[in-house]
Amino acid sequence: MLRYLKRNPSLTVGIGFLGVLVVFIAVGMILIDPEDARPLSAPALHPPSWAYPFGTDRQGRDLFAAMVVGTPLTLRIGFIAGILGVVIGTILAFVAGFYRGIVDTAIRGVADIGLTVPGLLILIIIAVSVRGGLTVNQMALVVASLAWLNPTRTIRSQVLTLRERGYVEVARLSGMNGPEIIFFEMIPNLLPYLGATLVNAVSAAILASIGLEVLGLGPLEAPTLGMTLYWVNFNAAIINGWWWWWMAPIVIILLVFLGLFFMTVGLDEIANPRLRRSI
Amino acid sequence: MRALYIARRFAVFLLIVWLAASLNFFLPRLSGQDPVRTKLLAEAQLGGYVHAGIEDMVKEYNQKFGLDRPLWRQYLSYLGDTAQLDFNYSISNYPRTVRDLIAEALPWTVGLLGMTTLLSFGIGSFLGALLAWPGAPRWMRYVMPPLWALHAIPFFLLGLILMYLFAFQLRLLPIFGGYSPGASPGFNIRFVLDVMAHATLPALSIILVATGGWALGMRGMMVTTMGEDYVTFAEAKGLRASTIFLRYCVRNAILPQTTALALALGQILSGAVLVEVIFGYPGIGALLFQAIRENDHFLIQGIVFTVIVALGFTTFILDVLYPWLDPRISYQRT
Repeated sequence: MLRYLKRNPSLTVGIGFLGVLVVFIAVGMILIDPEDARPLSAPALHPPSWAYPFGTDRQGRDLFAAMVVGTPLTLRIGFIAGILGVVIGTILAFVAGFYRGIVDTAIRGVADIGLTVPGLLILIIIAVSVRGGLTVNQMALVVASLAWLNPTRTIRSQVLTLRERGYVEVARLSGMNGPEIIFFEMIPNLLPYLGATLVNAVSAAILASIGLEVLGLGPLEAPTLGMTLYWVNFNAAIINGWWWWWMAPIVIILLVFLGLFFMTVGLDEIANPRLRRSI
Repeated sequence: MRALYIARRFAVFLLIVWLAASLNFFLPRLSGQDPVRTKLLAEAQLGGYVHAGIEDMVKEYNQKFGLDRPLWRQYLSYLGDTAQLDFNYSISNYPRTVRDLIAEALPWTVGLLGMTTLLSFGIGSFLGALLAWPGAPRWMRYVMPPLWALHAIPFFLLGLILMYLFAFQLRLLPIFGGYSPGASPGFNIRFVLDVMAHATLPALSIILVATGGWALGMRGMMVTTMGEDYVTFAEAKGLRASTIFLRYCVRNAILPQTTALALALGQILSGAVLVEVIFGYPGIGALLFQAIRENDHFLIQGIVFTVIVALGFTTFILDVLYPWLDPRISYQRT
């Protein structure tokens, strides 16, 4: 395992970035009181100091506490929505790609049309319709409502090539039925690809959730990363020179996206050995 | 064959329009809110006390807006209004209609998005093509990794960083809005320069992020294309390197890129909405943000519908143009 990581620097860097975040959250959880992430728990607009390492915002949140509480919330939304998206996408992709026929036409049509539509706008309509404050988990479900489109499309095209492979043919001739072939022959061979798709889906879900939050449609009570950026924008923190307010969330979001990006590049290399000699 | 192909694509476009309208109609109703009652209660609270006759008022308003009719008749009249682009009045800017507000904001977004998408697509494809080419200059190897890393970042996040660096620290470019306050809009040099200065940072944050993606896709396609037999044959014939590069490799590798462009438009637009919000750029995104903040349902629905239809139409145009780019498709089943 370690030896493989050495050969696959992208994967190592990606896991490293996310590891830094996990350590940050874990250490932070010991050091802070989650109550400090609420407004009015610290003096307002305090630049970074020993007492408040990331400073405080205008409503008196300790930003260090807000980051420690908020980062896992943002990651949770991403993982719930991403996993739901890939599971639903995989099921639909196999139903469509393996059994073909009219179901395939329908599923492919919906996915193709859905992908040309700007997802954020649909999510906005949904989020505005379920007003009365979303919780973090509801937010994940809202994001998941569109998260299956891309996995469906990409996995289906993989299924189409797999079902023509020799070993699938052999399995079919030896009397295995459809679900058996799917579970015992095709899915094991798709696992690395499904992994890369999952990381992509998580990244897209986090992006969508941060987008909704920056627009002010997220869970207003929870100090998610996007919500912090909403207040940054709301209070024009950049023009006012309160650099510490946006520095922390931006660095964390950068770590999340770059980490996930390097992980997909690394996983792609496992899923598609032909890439290994390029670059 | 050609007419049939175009007709089929157009049918898909109409389907998107109908779905967008239905979504706008049904989703808010599914949640079981009563917009009139919510609005009246909010107004009454502002006034300080709740009327005894508020239920009567709700009934009266519902009748006035036709909300007491059966659902299917509301739906039909909604579809009729939408087909005429009548999205009702904006609640937060009352005497103005949603259509006016959108018409005012749309040119800004179309300008920004059109320019940035074309530039990033062109530059990215060119860089990607060069990168796969053995004779490419060495410095390119050092340009690409940063661009690929940038590609993983959301547009608006880079926007925030650029805003801090160039508008706050260096004070080179304006920080907010589409033109300087007090400038008189019109077609004179000063105003055009002013608009361009204001658009630079939003445009840059989209271009820098998007270019890497196009370069990555193009490089992959170029590598496959350069392995084809006809390229080896062209080399064997002794054609000039530039001819092989442009007419044999790029010409073929650009085709899947165009398909990807049609698919990416929605994502680009989602990202651009947030860039506009961050920079206060007076386009559709900022208008949408204002509508969300003021809970202006009609305006939100109008914007979402307009954008989906506009994008659907762009995709339709790209679909129709595609066989012209790639004669192999020849308007048959895709």
